[in-house]
Amino acid sequence: MPKLTIDGMDIEVEPGTSVLQAAERLGIEIPRFCYHDRLSVPANCRMCLVEMERSPKPVASCALQAQDGMVIHTDSEMTHAARKGVMEFLLINHPLDCPICDQGGECDLQDQAMAYGFDRSRYLENKRAVKEKNFGPLIKTFMTRCIHCTRCVRFADEIAGVPELGAPGRSEHMEIGTYVEQAITSELSGNMIDICPVGALTSKPYSFVARPWELRKTDSIDVMDAVGCNIRVDARGGEVMRVLPRLHEDVNEEWVSDKTRFAFDGLRKRRLDRPYVREAGTDGGRGRLHEASWPEAFAAIAQRLEGVAGNEIAAIAGDLADVEAMTALKDLMTSLGSANLDCRQDGALLAGPRGGYLFNSGIAGIEQADAILIVGANPRWEASLVNARIRKRWLNQAYYGPVKIGRIGDAADLTYRVDHLGSDPAALQAVLDGSSPFSQVLRDAKQPMIILGMGALARPDGTAILDCARRVAEAYGMVRDATEDEPAWNGFNVLHTAAARVGGLDIGFLPGEGGRDIRDILIGTRGGEIKVVWLLGADEIAAAHFGDAFVIYQGHHGDAGAHRADVILPGAAYTEKAATYVNTEGRVQRARMAVFPPGDAREDWKILRAFSEVIGKRLPYDSLAAVRSRMAEINPVFAREDIQEAGAWGVFGSEGALDAVPFASSIDNFYQTDPISRASDTMAQCVAEILDQAQAAE
Amino acid sequence: MLQDKDRIFTNLYGQDDWRLAGARRRGVWDGTKGMMALGRDALTDIVKDSDLRGRGGAGFPTGLKWSFMPKESGGRPSYLVVNADESEPGTCKDREILRYDPHRLLEGCLVAGFAMGASACYIYIRGEFYAESGHVQQAIDEAYEAGLIGKNACGSGYDYDIYLHRGAGAYICGEETALLESLEGKKGQPRLKPPFPAAVGLYGCPTTVNNVETIAVVPEILRRGVDWWKSIGRPKNTGTKIFCISGHVNQPCNVEEELGIPLKDLVEKHAGGVRGGWDNLLAVIPGGSSTPVLPKSICDSVLMDFDSLKEAQTGLGTAGVIVMDKSTDIIYAIARLSHFYMHESCGQCTPCREGTGWLWRVMQRMVRGNAHVDEIDTLYQVTKEIEGHTICAHGDAAAWPVQGLIRHFRPEMERRILEYREAAHRSAA
Repeated sequence: MPKLTIDGMDIEVEPGTSVLQAAERLGIEIPRFCYHDRLSVPANCRMCLVEMERSPKPVASCALQAQDGMVIHTDSEMTHAARKGVMEFLLINHPLDCPICDQGGECDLQDQAMAYGFDRSRYLENKRAVKEKNFGPLIKTFMTRCIHCTRCVRFADEIAGVPELGAPGRSEHMEIGTYVEQAITSELSGNMIDICPVGALTSKPYSFVARPWELRKTDSIDVMDAVGCNIRVDARGGEVMRVLPRLHEDVNEEWVSDKTRFAFDGLRKRRLDRPYVREAGTDGGRGRLHEASWPEAFAAIAQRLEGVAGNEIAAIAGDLADVEAMTALKDLMTSLGSANLDCRQDGALLAGPRGGYLFNSGIAGIEQADAILIVGANPRWEASLVNARIRKRWLNQAYYGPVKIGRIGDAADLTYRVDHLGSDPAALQAVLDGSSPFSQVLRDAKQPMIILGMGALARPDGTAILDCARRVAEAYGMVRDATEDEPAWNGFNVLHTAAARVGGLDIGFLPGEGGRDIRDILIGTRGGEIKVVWLLGADEIAAAHFGDAFVIYQGHHGDAGAHRADVILPGAAYTEKAATYVNTEGRVQRARMAVFPPGDAREDWKILRAFSEVIGKRLPYDSLAAVRSRMAEINPVFAREDIQEAGAWGVFGSEGALDAVPFASSIDNFYQTDPISRASDTMAQCVAEILDQAQAAE
Repeated sequence: MLQDKDRIFTNLYGQDDWRLAGARRRGVWDGTKGMMALGRDALTDIVKDSDLRGRGGAGFPTGLKWSFMPKESGGRPSYLVVNADESEPGTCKDREILRYDPHRLLEGCLVAGFAMGASACYIYIRGEFYAESGHVQQAIDEAYEAGLIGKNACGSGYDYDIYLHRGAGAYICGEETALLESLEGKKGQPRLKPPFPAAVGLYGCPTTVNNVETIAVVPEILRRGVDWWKSIGRPKNTGTKIFCISGHVNQPCNVEEELGIPLKDLVEKHAGGVRGGWDNLLAVIPGGSSTPVLPKSICDSVLMDFDSLKEAQTGLGTAGVIVMDKSTDIIYAIARLSHFYMHESCGQCTPCREGTGWLWRVMQRMVRGNAHVDEIDTLYQVTKEIEGHTICAHGDAAAWPVQGLIRHFRPEMERRILEYREAAHRSAA
């Protein structure tokens, strides 16, 4: 382990550590622009130059590996002169338009110029101006401000796996850009805005909207997919202004997908801000919805429930439902005598031991896998950050060791090399019986992994495929307990797409004793045996399925469910409530309220609690803490926040015939998957400019 | 003065046949197998012992550079890359070797490659050298046909391939790591060092990059012996060197001379003297455009080798001697070089990308005198902020000519500024 001296302090670091990192560990800040922890090191900004004894020239500390006996001075005359010089060079062609720059207040260049720059300019010549580029609907460019650190280029190449950016031209005429003008097609492109140290790449939807110091910052959790990205919601007044990623090494590192980052403008559109009740129509048809007060809406429901037997009532929880609301709705249904509950509106009949529906290895566990079999999933669109993690694993084989990735499903570019093993369940069967070329790979692997997507499970033979996948996991040693030599490993991974799903399964929002599951509920509504359906934000079911049933829609957007509803109860969106979500790994995380729900809308569990009182079946909790202790009572996992561990293993799935129908990803339009993103203008633009552009190119 | 018998480049002027037959007549490919029979280590030791220094500009000891190559392959191939991207203004020596004596280079490629355990050699030739690349390629074809290279090269039992690659016209691709990037098909931008190419070079494999002239003289050192080589020149500055004399001389020429020849002798004896006589000399750029300019007072006595010129705060560089007589606008001449270095900066790292443009813009005003006297100090500071702060030596190369100008011709710069101001005052009054 090399020992070096920095500013008179000795430190011993692991081999391969850079001088900059070693200094950071000592609490010494070295300014930098191009260096980024998660990207390769080009050492081109030269801001991190430091003096090293026995070197006639200052050296770039970001690229210099710590070696025994090095003596570094970060506070010497040579170091200061070098920093001052580089800062002066960076500023001579920088427009210094901070007052009109969206990066103002959170700009690395601004901060470091204050700390290390001259207080005036010696540059008397004309400054360079660079033409704006069009990077699509999400990233606004102001290329005159660019300092050519190439972080965005490296992000596109390395993290996103979409090498669409480069730096054509040389000398002063070097410009960052797409070689041919086009929208950047990466689903992670928004992160370039974060890593740009200046105002060259800024958020297009957020341009000229707010200043960072005006914003109220709330740490929260994202619900656009089941990854459970840690986010920060920035709000001003009653409106969400932007969503930014928050560091969580085990989940999203420091990235989020474009949907997470940009779909929030859907929170302002098509909102349900007051209750509605549908008036009786003429000739037995359905009448119009009219505005109502909370008591009127509750009365309408109570009236309809009169004389309806418990088994004629059903409840379906949607993809964005929080666990608190599902707990309250489940308790309400129980008190009404109904066991017809389901949170699996896509029909992927997962249940049983927790290990059977979790991403057991954890997202960070992907880095340890040496063989990955992806079945019926397109992680790039279903869980962009899981995909980014697989790409990271694939890209760093020199560090982690070799990895083989096989995929059964439709042809798709996942940004890393996969062996395409087939497109239908027969290919999975072949893996199981050893006739697939990937069988040997799995046999040879020490940490094999299967990733099972909703495209494989949300189909009539879903439980049979689940059974088959479980057998694959068991046959190839993907699930094993800890031994003396090695820790436990569970490589059986279900990749959910709905933020609510694992929470719903954990809380048991599932058919009770003799209850109907989602398919039977819909058979019941079509046939008239189910008379009342309570939809908790369930928007992915076509209206025709509900037949003549009385539909109560509780949610925040005027989407499919509200369109069909007879009574609408306005709920709160994920930024507007203190809510619990469980991500695909089984990690319990809490979202916090960043803004109030609009108009008369209320937090969902409170609505259910209030309604229970109206029908005389009062739910036994009056505070969030009480709801949460009720959750922990149902399932102890809810008492432990932010912990990921493999679920209990057992038998799940059911033997059955496999169809010959090819797997299809559960998502065909990444940008619009839920009521919020469907209401978002930004997402609509992405569809028009990115998806359609890609389709036109094909 | 170098005697004719000691010349290595006997076809420097193209008077003889450049093809294999002519080359053989001049002694090329003579006893190559015997040289290789000495063995890898012995060859490297001989070159080390000869004190041969790289002819590409930096003057790094060649044998030492070769010795950095790994002795064991470790499963990876090693490469010799020949830098034939000669683009330094004022330099035209490699070109003559490439077009009139390509076999001398190829023989050197084989011997040097063998000495460092390389399995193949890439010659990266400047894109503008169109006819030259034709000659080199034909010479390679001839050598393959004659069994001199390829499988069992020269009957030595060693397999060795030589490939020619044409550049696309960027000065920076003459920087060894940018050259490797370009050779790999990427944008020609210098790499960070360390790791040095001997550890991680072409395609991540151990690589040595040598100049054309360096490689071409190696076989002759081996043939005639280290003692002969060391008898020419001065200690640590041994052997012969091709000097390229251009500018205000009566007979601009390339000439092979011994290192350490006085600059005055070189110009007077080989280039027909300065236009209008030695006293009409204003300044000389001794080693290609990046080396700082020397005023006449120093030119009178300076010796042309690495160490003497270093003492004079300049460098031998590529030995491209640019002579300027008193008709020269020295500020304009240096400003033109600043433009060149701005234009050819790769744009990768900050001080060079931004600083070269700054230098040129200020220099442009200096040419007219439209500046303040204290801006000369600012200009000097800017060159110091570039120098030594960049990834490659391009920043240094851009800074040095301006530093040389300020060091030796500051009075001229000040005079011009005052003149400009007086003229401005007069027209205002």
